[in-house]
Amino acid sequence: MTDAALARGHGDPYHLHGGRPHEGPASKRIVTGYGFWIFLLSDIVIFSCFFAAHAVLLRRTAGGPSGAELFDLRSVAAETGLLLLSSFTCGLAMIAADVRSLRWYQIGMAVTCLLGLGFLALEFREFSDLVGRGAGPTRSAFLSSFFTLVGCHGLHVSAGILWLLTMMAQVFAKGFRADIMRRLLCFALFWHVLDIIWVAIFSVVYLLGSAA
Amino acid sequence: MSDQHLHHPIDLAPGDEEEVRVGPRLLGYCTGFGLAILLTATSFFIAGTNLVWQPSIPVALVVLAIAQMGVHLVFFVHITTDPDNTNNILALAFGLLIVFLVIAGSLWIMSNLDQNMPMPPLNQLMQMQR
Repeated sequence: MTDAALARGHGDPYHLHGGRPHEGPASKRIVTGYGFWIFLLSDIVIFSCFFAAHAVLLRRTAGGPSGAELFDLRSVAAETGLLLLSSFTCGLAMIAADVRSLRWYQIGMAVTCLLGLGFLALEFREFSDLVGRGAGPTRSAFLSSFFTLVGCHGLHVSAGILWLLTMMAQVFAKGFRADIMRRLLCFALFWHVLDIIWVAIFSVVYLLGSAA
Repeated sequence: MSDQHLHHPIDLAPGDEEEVRVGPRLLGYCTGFGLAILLTATSFFIAGTNLVWQPSIPVALVVLAIAQMGVHLVFFVHITTDPDNTNNILALAFGLLIVFLVIAGSLWIMSNLDQNMPMPPLNQLMQMQR
């Protein structure tokens, strides 16, 4: 057995890497992205707690209005379309950043920002409409859990838009440096995961809530 | 990002693609967007229609939602079954296990309590407080 094979056997005794030699620690991009992925998964676990609370409190309307009487599905469909389109344009902006096209990157991010703001405007209109009809978060346990769950997602989108504007400014000021590209990777992950959580919200809270 | 990161043979950061050419990447995002629109439209259509057997609607909505989350994960977050994605998949699987435990466990326990420990009517509670 040669020394090289012996060294390989020590570092990777079960040949997990297909018998290839070790290449040292993972790159900073992988470590950063993986850490942010763990954070996002814990964020999803937090949302699952709100989903569980909403599912448990679904029928506890305290004599107040239920979801079927309150939800305006056309507005929800518009919100869904805006968020889905913003996820798409965010992906396009990341491709533009990878090929170092500053103009298309800024255009893609600006469109993503506008779509996100449109989503927030629709959601704010829906919430103020509900509160105006006397169906605010204090009306019943069902509405408390509804406002907590959907409002928490809305807060995430608001934070995401602030982050988006920061990334536009950072790329404008500092260019596509390696550290800026890592932040962009994390931002794109965050934005796509928000859309995944919205899929669960519009399916479970709005569509199932109106059907039930 | 420098290209050596994209061609790292063992691991890939979540969100990164193996594909580096622009054309196929654009096509991937367009495919994902089209599929997601299709699934969303089906969900909204099924929720408001009388054409299908009504008790099947909740199951159909849940299945469509899970399918659409899968589409987002594959085409937007670029989670694949390749060996360079093993770590990302394992973290995701653990997260999903916790999500399942939290949701199914809450529903199970709370429905059990609901059946076995019914709340007395409100006026009875008031008398008990006196």
